[in-house]
Amino acid sequence: MKRSTAPAMLGVLMFGYAFLYLPILSLILYSFNASKLVTVWGGFSTRWYGALLQNEALLSALQNSLIVAFLSATLAVVIGTAAALGLTRLGRFRGRTLLSVLTTTPLVMPEVMLGLSALLLFVTLQQLFGWPHQRGIVTITIAHVVLCSCYVTVIVQSRLRQMDDSLEEAAMDLGARPWKVFFLITLPLIAPALLAGWLLAFTLSLDDLVVASFTSGPGATTLPMEVYSRVRLGLSPEINALATLIIGFVSIALMATWAIYRRQDRKLTD
Amino acid sequence: MSSTNWPQLWFDFIRQLFRRFGVLKQQVHSPRGRYLVVGLPLLFLGLFFLVPLLIVLKISFATADMTQPPYTDLLSQPDESTLTLTLNLANYQLLWEDPLYWSAFVSSLEIAGISTLLTLLIGYPLAYAIARAARELRLILLLLVVLPFWTSSLLRTYAWMGILKDTGPLNQLLLGLGLIDTPLAILNTDVAVYIGIVYNYLPFMVLPLVANLVRLDPALLEAAADLGAKPWVAFFRITVPLSMPGIIAGSMLVFIPALGEFVIPDLLGGPDTLMIGRLLWTEFFSNTDWPLASAVAIVMLLLIVLPLVLFEYVQTREFGRTEDAR
Repeated sequence: MKRSTAPAMLGVLMFGYAFLYLPILSLILYSFNASKLVTVWGGFSTRWYGALLQNEALLSALQNSLIVAFLSATLAVVIGTAAALGLTRLGRFRGRTLLSVLTTTPLVMPEVMLGLSALLLFVTLQQLFGWPHQRGIVTITIAHVVLCSCYVTVIVQSRLRQMDDSLEEAAMDLGARPWKVFFLITLPLIAPALLAGWLLAFTLSLDDLVVASFTSGPGATTLPMEVYSRVRLGLSPEINALATLIIGFVSIALMATWAIYRRQDRKLTD
Repeated sequence: MSSTNWPQLWFDFIRQLFRRFGVLKQQVHSPRGRYLVVGLPLLFLGLFFLVPLLIVLKISFATADMTQPPYTDLLSQPDESTLTLTLNLANYQLLWEDPLYWSAFVSSLEIAGISTLLTLLIGYPLAYAIARAARELRLILLLLVVLPFWTSSLLRTYAWMGILKDTGPLNQLLLGLGLIDTPLAILNTDVAVYIGIVYNYLPFMVLPLVANLVRLDPALLEAAADLGAKPWVAFFRITVPLSMPGIIAGSMLVFIPALGEFVIPDLLGGPDTLMIGRLLWTEFFSNTDWPLASAVAIVMLLLIVLPLVLFEYVQTREFGRTEDAR
């Protein structure tokens, strides 16, 4: 029976992965198209990469996005890890249910809803306290941390659950203070999860259009906002070039994280 | 060895004391550290996620105005001694009475539902094949499913704009094969939105399904085969029912975010593709009607909470049933 299903399985896999990767390949392929009409092949060229480097608006949007993504990912890792520790290592405490609801609901909340609610909060705060004076990088970052920290919580939580807590208990029995246990035992063990969480948070923030559009202000355009305003007008070969660069960076970063993860997994199982 | 570590000795002595009186656990998890660990995320998410939802609810009862910010205050003080609270229900009334909003809600449910079904139809065979692969290969296959999810959804949706265009590669291929005579108009239709949602959310369907199918005991299928069941009978009577939790989890993970999706219907859909996420965006950015946008958001929240509660209910019932069977 198994032999007869093998070709079918192979066919399913090939179809599935073709569906997943052909659009990305087409994006990359057309970035090297000399023609301005994106889907009509006009010969090989790298001119759009050059044009990309000349594009001031895209570059400054990229800079804003990188700042926001770096800040949000870092803050999200701190907050998300604290939440994950609270949910897995502190047993029962008052507010546990609230914490678990607060860290899971943003994951299923539509982005338009997250964006609108964050904006209305900032507007209300401004009316009451005069802060934030102007919306921009700070407000986008805060709104991104809400979403990103929940993803970090999920990742770190699953790592903490997999992990044997006997090492931590042994350290505590030997008299190590909780903070010491955390920094000397727990942190090194969950470091790959923190890295993965940071990367996921970074890419989520870098990719986000909707929340940023709501919480941004004049002068703080992020990369997806800039891309969206161009894409609405139609295809643009420069965007293909940009996409190719982003895909390249993300793939390399992801492969590296995966390798680190696997290496530590092997160490833990050996 | 040479010097005595007095603080450490003291610490050990106190620990022994505490251990004797059985209060060691509290001492080790010092309450202060605990409040700090739990308090930081609670405070942050409370202030920047929970409070904003309440503000959205509040502003959904306001009236749009030409002021800055563009809505009226609920509380007003006409004179020294009186404070009046004005709740404007007109936003909800409009959502209830105007057929535009009704059809937007209905078509959001419809588009999200159809897309979820399509994602299941494509995702299930894929997940099944991945779950059947050898362990080493399975990890790589799973990584390859997740990889596209890490690149921007905006850019992946943009990729489909190119593919589905009248002069795009899909139409060129179909024309070249002689399957069609005139290019199919797929871009800017609901079909394009379905494709976009299936493509963007496929990993969310595949991951829970693989997690579930991996645990399926092959002995059950062998037993069915030994008893004379055809493979497809065994599949529909054993594999599918046993993977129901995975099917439900995957479908919820696709259906819920698809309901509020903005980017996909905006870029791939036509001008008449109505979805609530897009409607909220238009009310907010184009019409600057913040109170109405807030009311749309509240209704959308209800639409999302209801399936979740239903999901919870089904899960506990399912769990209760297996408990009974034991």
